[in-house]
Amino acid sequence: MAYSLKQQVEKPERFVGGHRLCAGCGAAITVRGVMRALKPEDKAVVVNATGCLEVSSFLYPYTAWEDSYIHSAFENAGATAGGVEAAYRVLKKKGKVNETFKFIAFGGDGGTYDIGFQSLSGAMERGHDIVYVCYDNEAYMNTGVQRSSSTPRFADATTTPAGSIIPGKPQNKKDLTAIMAAHGIPYVAQTTFLGNFKDFHEKAEKAIYTEGPTFLNVMSPCPRGWRYETEDIAEICKLAVDTCVWPLFEVVDGVWKLNYEPRKKLPVEEYLKKQGRFRHMFNPGSEWMIEEVQKHVDKKWEALLNKCK
Amino acid sequence: MGKKTRLSGNEAIAYAMKQINPDVMGAFPITPSTEIPQYFASYVANGEVDTEFVAVESEHSAMSTCYAAQAAGGRAVTATSSAGMALMWEMLYVTSSARLPVTMALVNRALTGPININNDHSDSMGARDSGWIQLYSETNQEAYDNYIQAIPIGENGKVRLPVMVCQDGFITSHAVENIELLDDEEVKKFVGEYKPENYLLKKENPLAVGPYDISNYYMEHKKQQAEAMKNAKAVILSIAKKFEQLTGRKYGFFESYQMEDAETALVIIGSSAGTAKEAVRRLRQAGKKVGLIKLRVFRPFPAEELAAEMSGVKAVAVMDKAEGFSACGGPLFAEVRSALYDVKNRPFAINYVYGLGGRDICVEHFEMIYDNLFEIAKTGNPGEVYRHIGQREQEGDK
Repeated sequence: MAYSLKQQVEKPERFVGGHRLCAGCGAAITVRGVMRALKPEDKAVVVNATGCLEVSSFLYPYTAWEDSYIHSAFENAGATAGGVEAAYRVLKKKGKVNETFKFIAFGGDGGTYDIGFQSLSGAMERGHDIVYVCYDNEAYMNTGVQRSSSTPRFADATTTPAGSIIPGKPQNKKDLTAIMAAHGIPYVAQTTFLGNFKDFHEKAEKAIYTEGPTFLNVMSPCPRGWRYETEDIAEICKLAVDTCVWPLFEVVDGVWKLNYEPRKKLPVEEYLKKQGRFRHMFNPGSEWMIEEVQKHVDKKWEALLNKCK
Repeated sequence: MGKKTRLSGNEAIAYAMKQINPDVMGAFPITPSTEIPQYFASYVANGEVDTEFVAVESEHSAMSTCYAAQAAGGRAVTATSSAGMALMWEMLYVTSSARLPVTMALVNRALTGPININNDHSDSMGARDSGWIQLYSETNQEAYDNYIQAIPIGENGKVRLPVMVCQDGFITSHAVENIELLDDEEVKKFVGEYKPENYLLKKENPLAVGPYDISNYYMEHKKQQAEAMKNAKAVILSIAKKFEQLTGRKYGFFESYQMEDAETALVIIGSSAGTAKEAVRRLRQAGKKVGLIKLRVFRPFPAEELAAEMSGVKAVAVMDKAEGFSACGGPLFAEVRSALYDVKNRPFAINYVYGLGGRDICVEHFEMIYDNLFEIAKTGNPGEVYRHIGQREQEGDK
């Protein structure tokens, strides 16, 4: 059946309103998009690392989740998902559970790239049948926009402020999607909110219904941390893709595949200038920063094209 | 019933786990508890258990695995020591607050700083406020028996708390002793099936675990946890009674040794109690009225029962195999002295920190301690109550 966004959004929501996430929060869009990819008849246990999503969606005694949900701590969504899945395998074998359950972990870039990286790597290596979804908003937003290893170079974050001597974050963003692909797991993909969400939906579906550990990295902008107008989120995502700052690709059983090639690759400033976190890069004398970013993006893009040949 | 054999403490625990046949084990090796997951992995490899053995990449992930598996509706176990348990620290609290009765075999070892692989109780004593029930063992037999009792204690509906079963690293974990094992069927019946009321994989009723708990609710939840720990006291005794009916082996909050007419006494935990009992035996032969209390249950702390047991004693030495750095005594001393406060004509209480990082303590040390207690009882002057024993002294030390 051909993909139809209209049909998809008519499905009953599995992440419902009433949660406390900000208006226009990328995490909520990611969650709803992933949960839509579940077959309605399949049950799920959602695992969540500590972060914005957790503190906003399960405040005792309210939950925004229609499915079973477990939060344990910041750095262990991988191990927590693995523990639930291990119990499921035994209980299924013993006939105590008969239904099909899927296990989906959500973590921000703090819980995924950084503090939860070891736990994620371990769970992926052990081969649990789980999906790990990173809602990547490129900083520790829950504690107030501190830098993470996912924060891009020059971004103004509260622990890498754009100062008179140091112009924002000194380091480039960690390429976590490639690192996850290097685990040799059956499915890894990178996506974001684009057009009718076809790319996103198909990747979420593949991630959920591929047996074994899978990883989905979703650029999920944060209007507060990135400092853009809330309603501009779709444009921001489109620019991230069209500048090749955030390419759309997937790695299926080790084979790299580019899912989208911009007809015209836009210069990075088109993406950067929309966001307050990069504003200092447009001051007179800061041109070198934009050049550095362009060089880095070009280099990564070429490398990706080579991998996808 | 029963099978007499010889096992190390680690193998005895692994064997108890095999008989319990848990749903999930999450574990990471650390000396001196490493053998437990090793033995268990061989049971898994040979199809002797139904368990999913998750060989995780750290102890933090081990406890996370157990927390999650238990929340999912399975019975989960782990084993660790020292720094391994320290790495679990955060998850110890998460597990107890979610009221998930995970069972841990803790093979006590000194906490690193500097690194040391030998026995003391600094690991579990540090976790004394984490909301876990703590059972301690003098012998391999006690470690085995405690582990089997831990399951129905923790899973009891009035308790629902995780339990750590402690034994002394190398001293009992690696020493081979005579032991009497239960039959598999007896263990299966004794521990029963794990039937939680609510769990993640319950199809008719999804469950959310691990909320953000704001100040409107957090305190009520902590109070409920505190009540559960109080409830555990009666449950520990009733499970001990059932265990005695099955095995003839008697357990309580503590074991009293020669306490009936004792004028001086020791309070001690773990394997060193065996050495201390020998000192009691020798002193009794010499006509001295000495006794000993070996604490089995440190959490919940049996304060009233201990106080009653010591009400006729003139002087007590509390033996701490952990340094608390409070500048006024070890953790057991703080608890015992507090318990004694309400006793009429309460005994003098002094503290000895001993055995840190595997330092030996001998019968002669205990004889000297009893001598000191009689001196205190006679003079009425306890002197410095916070003492260390068995270490070299530098010039200028007290």
